[in-house]
Amino acid sequence: MENTSTKATTKQIITSEDVHLYYGDFEALHGIDLDFGEHEITALIGPSGCGKSTYLRCLNRMNDLIPGVKITGSMKLEDQDIYAPKVDVVDLRKRVGMVFQQPNPFPFSVYENVAYGLRLAGVHDKSILDERVETSLKQAAIWDEVKDNLYDNALSFSGGQQQRICVARVLAVQPEVVLLDEPTSALDPISSAKIEDTLLNIHDKYTVIIVTHNMQQASRISDRTAFLLNGNLVEYDKTEKLFMNPEKEETSDYLNGKFG
Amino acid sequence: MNSKAANNVATGVIYALVVAVVGILVFLLGYILITGVPHVSFHFLTSAAESFKSGGGIRDQLFNSLYLLVLTLLISFPIALGSGIYLSEYAPNNWFTNIIRTAIEVLSSLPSVVVGLFGYLLFVIKFNLGFSILAGAIALTFFNLPLLTRSIEESLEDVPDLQREAGLSLGLSRWKTITGIVFPAALPGILTGIILSAGRVFGEAAALIYTAGQSAPMVSYSNWNPFSPASFLNPMRPAETLAVHIWKVNTEGVTPDALQISSGASAVLIVVILLFNLGARFLGNWVYKRMTAAK
Repeated sequence: MENTSTKATTKQIITSEDVHLYYGDFEALHGIDLDFGEHEITALIGPSGCGKSTYLRCLNRMNDLIPGVKITGSMKLEDQDIYAPKVDVVDLRKRVGMVFQQPNPFPFSVYENVAYGLRLAGVHDKSILDERVETSLKQAAIWDEVKDNLYDNALSFSGGQQQRICVARVLAVQPEVVLLDEPTSALDPISSAKIEDTLLNIHDKYTVIIVTHNMQQASRISDRTAFLLNGNLVEYDKTEKLFMNPEKEETSDYLNGKFG
Repeated sequence: MNSKAANNVATGVIYALVVAVVGILVFLLGYILITGVPHVSFHFLTSAAESFKSGGGIRDQLFNSLYLLVLTLLISFPIALGSGIYLSEYAPNNWFTNIIRTAIEVLSSLPSVVVGLFGYLLFVIKFNLGFSILAGAIALTFFNLPLLTRSIEESLEDVPDLQREAGLSLGLSRWKTITGIVFPAALPGILTGIILSAGRVFGEAAALIYTAGQSAPMVSYSNWNPFSPASFLNPMRPAETLAVHIWKVNTEGVTPDALQISSGASAVLIVVILLFNLGARFLGNWVYKRMTAAK
């Protein structure tokens, strides 16, 4: 991509260059250059199998868990190389949190779910925990719905509520970047709207990168949008520009529903 | 025959088979309890066995069974937990892991009398442990380990991968994800596995005849020093268990009331195992509720 629009105007928190990813012999990403601006919401869109989730999972090294995966190129969180051998993956994931497609709260109470990461990080002061739990649940726009049932099992809530509890769980450990992998694809429209509100709510403090196959969602909430196709980055621009006036024909075809 | 009739026939056959299984079970349990319970009394449970006279009890045998069970679990649970965690969480999917799994399966189908003779030759004779609770507990560990490992591994594997991803993505190390999230979620299943295997260990006789021995020497229940030969806690003394006692009284018992003793002891054995099973269910549910705040 020689396009100057790949450079965000705000401070870059994540920069990646020529990222290739192989599942065994299969090359899933063919050299992706993407930078992410701090405290922006960036959406990754594209048809199923285009590599958007795969790329996202590179950013907190969740792909490390899959046997046979090889990643080349450079990926940096601020000045730190994410794939440098000396990087502590645990530390990295504390800075880059993730919300998954399926709501996956732990089978504990709402309170425990949100406090869990903090406890294991060594926070045991009850008043600090209480405070953090409340703030995180408020940020995730779920506090009003769970404040009277904080000690109920998180799994007893609806899917949309569970997903916002998962968002709160990530926010509680105060990462710098929040990755979301199609967080609303298993949810109904009302719950999805609440998650979107949540993201708009938090992006003054957090950098948000969201994978979505819902183009309306991308256009509603993101500052920038990247369009991926078959493991290539086709176009990356301000969301408004990309949706109203895309430069590439594939982008325009995809946005107009000609494929995908 | 139309599909409705076929359905009715199939349902009928299935019901008949279930009735047969339940019938056999009820008959066995009922027979053991009806013939045994009348011989069970406070005196029977709290007095020592007699070799020649009638009126002996099963106090020592009952205690030996429980003590052996505790020792066996103390040895086998940590090993089974470690290997269960390895197999479920760390083992790569390769030929080596397959060999381990196959070995565990073979070990689990080993006849217990073979385990007993192996324990006799290796621990009792070669390692000079003599007929002892310790030798019995080690032999029972061999017998118990495969099933316990398997059940722990399966309980851990039943925890969805989404939970592991959630933990890792929160910045927990792999170990903390296992101990803090996967293990608590699997705990009810693990507990059930432990208690069910306890039932098997409690009822085992063949593996113990050659290892823990067939005699119940007089011990003092007020001597709490496990290194004293007279103490009930001494693991180096021979210890006839309840199941071995039943077998022995039936085959070579010379007391006039041998039949009553074996009936009563069988009833006690069955009741204790039933209690284990009910306990497993109750404890599993209770722990799960405690862990998960489920209502």
